[in-house]
Amino acid sequence: MANVSEPLSPALIGAAAVRGDLWVRIRRGAEYVAIPLFALAVSSVLFSVFLLALGKSPLEFFELVNRGGFGTAFSIQNTLQRSAPLILTALAVAVPARIGLIMIGGEGALVLGGFVSAVVAIPFVLGHAPPMVTLIVMAAMGTLMGALWVGLAGYLRHARGVNETISSLLLTYIGIAIMNFFVEGSLRDLTNPNKPSTMPIGDAYMVGKIPGTDVHWGLAAGIILAIALHILLSRTTFGFAVRVSGGNARAALAQGLPVGKLIVICCMIAGACAGLAGFFEVTAIQGRANASLVAGYGFTGILVAFLARHNPIAIIPVAIMFGGIVASGGLVQRRMDLPDATVLVLQGLTFVVLLVSETLYGRFKIFQVGGTADRT
Amino acid sequence: MSDSPFLIVLFAIIGGALRVSTPFMFVALGECLTEKSGRVNLGLEGTLVLGAMTAYATSYHTGSPWLGVLAAGFAGVFLGGIHGYVCKLPKVNDIAIGIAMMLFGTGLAFFFGKAYIQPSAPRLGSFSLGEWTGNPQIATALQVNQLLIVGIIVAFVMAWAFANTKWGLIVRMTGDSAPAAKAMGVSVDLVRFLATAAGGFLAGVGGAFLSLFYPGSWNQGLSSGQGLMAVALVIFARWKPLQCVVAALLFGAAGAVGPALQSVGITQGYYFFNAAPYILTLLIMIASAGSKQAMRDVPGELSITK
Repeated sequence: MANVSEPLSPALIGAAAVRGDLWVRIRRGAEYVAIPLFALAVSSVLFSVFLLALGKSPLEFFELVNRGGFGTAFSIQNTLQRSAPLILTALAVAVPARIGLIMIGGEGALVLGGFVSAVVAIPFVLGHAPPMVTLIVMAAMGTLMGALWVGLAGYLRHARGVNETISSLLLTYIGIAIMNFFVEGSLRDLTNPNKPSTMPIGDAYMVGKIPGTDVHWGLAAGIILAIALHILLSRTTFGFAVRVSGGNARAALAQGLPVGKLIVICCMIAGACAGLAGFFEVTAIQGRANASLVAGYGFTGILVAFLARHNPIAIIPVAIMFGGIVASGGLVQRRMDLPDATVLVLQGLTFVVLLVSETLYGRFKIFQVGGTADRT
Repeated sequence: MSDSPFLIVLFAIIGGALRVSTPFMFVALGECLTEKSGRVNLGLEGTLVLGAMTAYATSYHTGSPWLGVLAAGFAGVFLGGIHGYVCKLPKVNDIAIGIAMMLFGTGLAFFFGKAYIQPSAPRLGSFSLGEWTGNPQIATALQVNQLLIVGIIVAFVMAWAFANTKWGLIVRMTGDSAPAAKAMGVSVDLVRFLATAAGGFLAGVGGAFLSLFYPGSWNQGLSSGQGLMAVALVIFARWKPLQCVVAALLFGAAGAVGPALQSVGITQGYYFFNAAPYILTLLIMIASAGSKQAMRDVPGELSITK
């Protein structure tokens, strides 16, 4: 092996010795903020070089992103609107990551969750059922669909040892194909000749805006879920069992923890989050299920989760930042004559740099207090 | 040779299978080489797309499709080289880097490729495996490209080299046990870097086939998961180059059934056939993962099956 004598994690050893010492904890925690910020700075520089090589001005680019994403009250609300699905799809990556899985099926769960929401609404809308009841049923079914979809990848991992990264991505392709099959086939709304879609749910059945803003309730749901999942993962026995299983599955099994069950539950929570994102995309933005659901939120969510180091609370600001980048895409495209894939290049580059920055942890003395690697 | 429609459709499926399977074959062979050295590169989907774009653009500008193939290979070396280099750093996860490289490669391809969606670039030529029948329809159905032959030769060379050469032994040893390789004085990082870069080259060539021969144009929907499926195929092929070829042909056949049925008027299952390759891949993964045979053949250092 590359590192035969890998020491025990210094954070674990140190934590016991210096628990309660606030200053030490701040210095420890600072590492997890400083290194991702450093990675962001490096990727911005690399992206600037990329733009310069193409004869475009990086200053103009970042200025436009700032203006398009955060410049006006309107753009901020637009940004928050786009952060809502990002928070939820990032949670769909972060929760399985806590148990040691790289699960990237958020896009598929979002698409299928939204699709199922739109489909179960049809009989309710036709029967003029109360909107509240309809929305609750839609949310429940969309969430359940997402939970089953990602849960399937978790089950295959647990029962058969199928690599969850590949299977969850395959399930995403399958999920999109399933939606297309129905949307362009038996469930197509024939009154809409332009774009194959399911029947529109109608304005009466749409989720409203948060009072006083132009932002839909998906943002509130995302923030509440992020806080709830943070408490679940960091402050409960369940969260502790998940962390132990993620750290060392064999030791967890020896302790009698139901590792397989925990894996499936984590994946179902993840899928439920992504499915809920799909529900909000349908009931707050699109009003129907169609190919617009395949907008890449699931993939941007992967990057958001990794940048936030799979911490549900940290996901909120990171998602808002990337919501701004996504929201400013149109402005950047028009003003700088750049293709829409510019945002993809920036995201891909940031992702690579961020993962490379993992190697920096534990290398800087300033963050090392108490137990260090040397002391083991 | 008779002119029976059945035979024509049969040959259409065979010809289609040979055409569809070629990119699968190259990506699977590239991944096979990388995984034999003990590393997983999940980013080959991005390599495939970037290779397709690079090949198309190069062919358009130089007028030489074969230069395009070469350029696609080097685009693959670029992405594979980044992957191979950064994965040697401690604490860097090769699977996560693969996802990032997939997004990065796709982003680069769409970014630079936008200008090449409209123009028409010179394609690769073809020859027919069916000339001997004297039947022009069969001869047309069995049109294939030289890259298919190249891919099969590469597979044989790889299989032979793994078994019989010093280099093959070094790659296998690095993949099975890094400490053993180190003890023999082999630089594990260098071997894996080279294996990932070379694997990227093969995947890039597979992308060139997509844009320059079949389907034979560049657009953003050119590849949707073929690279990923090919990576999954390697497990099914038990890390053996010749079995990679067989697995690729199987997938080519599965992919060719839909269009072949459509050509004779059966269109009902169109969207099902769209999803079929993904479902087939998933079923194959379920069947081959965790089996005792697979566990015996897996390179010992591989993180994907743990």
